[in-house]
Amino acid sequence: MIEREQVLHVAKLARLRLSDAEVEKMAGELSGILEHVDRIGELELDDVPPTSHVVELENVLRPDRPRPSWPREVVLAQAPDPTEGAFRVPSPQAEA
Amino acid sequence: MTAELLELSALEAHGAMSARELSAEDYRDAWIEAAAGDELGVYLWRGEDTTAGAVGVERPSVAPIAVKDIFCTEGVPTTAASRILEGYRPPYTATAVRRLIEAGAPILGKTNMDEFAMGSSNENSAYGPVLNPWDRTRVPGGSSGGSAAAVAGGLAPWAIGTDTGGSIRQPASLCGIVGLKPTYGAISRYGMIAFASSLDQCGPLTRDVSDAALLLSILQGRDSCDSTSVGLEQAPRLPDREDLRGLRFAVPVEIRSGAMESGVRAIFEATLKRIEDLGGEIAEAPLPHAEHGISAYYLIAPAEASSNLARYDGVRYGMRVETEGDVVEMYEATRAAGFGDEVKRRIMLGTYALSSGYYEAYYGRAQKVRTKIAADFAGAFEDFDFVVTPTSPTVAFGLGEKTDDPLAMYMNDFFTVPMSLAGIPAISIPAGLAEPDGGGPRLPVGFQIAAPAFAEQHLLDAAYALEQAIGFEARPGEGSDG
Repeated sequence: MIEREQVLHVAKLARLRLSDAEVEKMAGELSGILEHVDRIGELELDDVPPTSHVVELENVLRPDRPRPSWPREVVLAQAPDPTEGAFRVPSPQAEA
Repeated sequence: MTAELLELSALEAHGAMSARELSAEDYRDAWIEAAAGDELGVYLWRGEDTTAGAVGVERPSVAPIAVKDIFCTEGVPTTAASRILEGYRPPYTATAVRRLIEAGAPILGKTNMDEFAMGSSNENSAYGPVLNPWDRTRVPGGSSGGSAAAVAGGLAPWAIGTDTGGSIRQPASLCGIVGLKPTYGAISRYGMIAFASSLDQCGPLTRDVSDAALLLSILQGRDSCDSTSVGLEQAPRLPDREDLRGLRFAVPVEIRSGAMESGVRAIFEATLKRIEDLGGEIAEAPLPHAEHGISAYYLIAPAEASSNLARYDGVRYGMRVETEGDVVEMYEATRAAGFGDEVKRRIMLGTYALSSGYYEAYYGRAQKVRTKIAADFAGAFEDFDFVVTPTSPTVAFGLGEKTDDPLAMYMNDFFTVPMSLAGIPAISIPAGLAEPDGGGPRLPVGFQIAAPAFAEQHLLDAAYALEQAIGFEARPGEGSDG
């Protein structure tokens, strides 16, 4: 069972602002999903290696040669608030 | 004349265009006109001038195509059906789309989908649902619902989508068309907006198996921009197998008793009989961990998603919500307004599964279950050529029917998720029409065939032989009385 406090903690980690109604609903829904998912707790998995990826990967290397990148203005054109050749964001510390 | 052109399969059109019996421009224009008649909510953007710009092909030589809105396309709105990417016009084109354009396929438009490919009904789009052409009160499936409905509804000759846990195969099943999820790594993921990177795979949604083979041959290949793309050893050739003699098909023991609609079960059993009629051998095989696929998938995919979607923060692209506070407040407000309910749910679930104190119990265990599921398939493929299941436990369900119950929605993926976790190829072909359990019009039922990694040719050949024997000819609008 997921409590309200846990929902708020996870939402903070995920940088999501949830309304009170959303917190309430999320607690119930996540609890229901986790109750189902908890069944894998019954499986004997101690000696099983984890799989993070199904393709047998090898390092793919290329020569480290400089090449042109996108022009700055092309990249900034997609930003909500481009200023003076940079992405503008609010101050990390809000003014009092 | 136009109607006749639209009857051609993409392969037939390709043949006629190559032989100069068909003007590629006339054929393209007929499809642009057809796409303009979209009443199903399929297209989020249509390329009305497909001769110009990034999506343009001056001399078309391949059938025009509908592209799921998850593929970055230079200069063309690309939103993954999310508010948070509103207004985004990527400065580059996904490799899969680039290969289509280079092959001479004009881009007809970008198709609707569940937001960030999270969903099984297309109801999670920020831009409205897609209607199933067989019955407009029902969902087309998802997340590639727009691409599936486009092909089934006569709005595109063929389409591409992405499949993370069934997002090509399930909508193909619910719309009565062919959907192929290739082996993980067969097609480049470069420029495909990431959901769960260890599972996401691009693939074809087509009218028939031959079109799927042709489309796969265009899409597949190694790409220096995606180091997990390895391509197929050989580009697939067109399938021509006529029987299934000498081939062994495994039916997972566990699924015969599993939950599925009675109509779906009847079509599944009838299709097994058809395989035997074609000389194939059917036997049961254990896949004991497949039933835990949903649990493993709904930990692994959200965990990867919570990380992949961290990039949407209102700084570099898409929308931003301005606040009075600091930068963190801006992030939180932007993400709260930009993401829909299901995306928030998955981000929360994934963040929880990865958080300190829960990582081992959830994410760690899920990765071990993934190992067991892959081993189950490997065991089955020692004795069998293929594993077969229904694609979806139900036919197309009603709009709004499952939106209040996330877990019930997730169960749509019961038969498709295990193959995704194992990284193996699987195809859904239409096998017949069946009534839903609650009564109603007869609707398409898909049959899923899975093969070992990189055995696409073998899979397409068998699917083709079975497709010819089934002879599925029903079309939306005429299915209920047939």
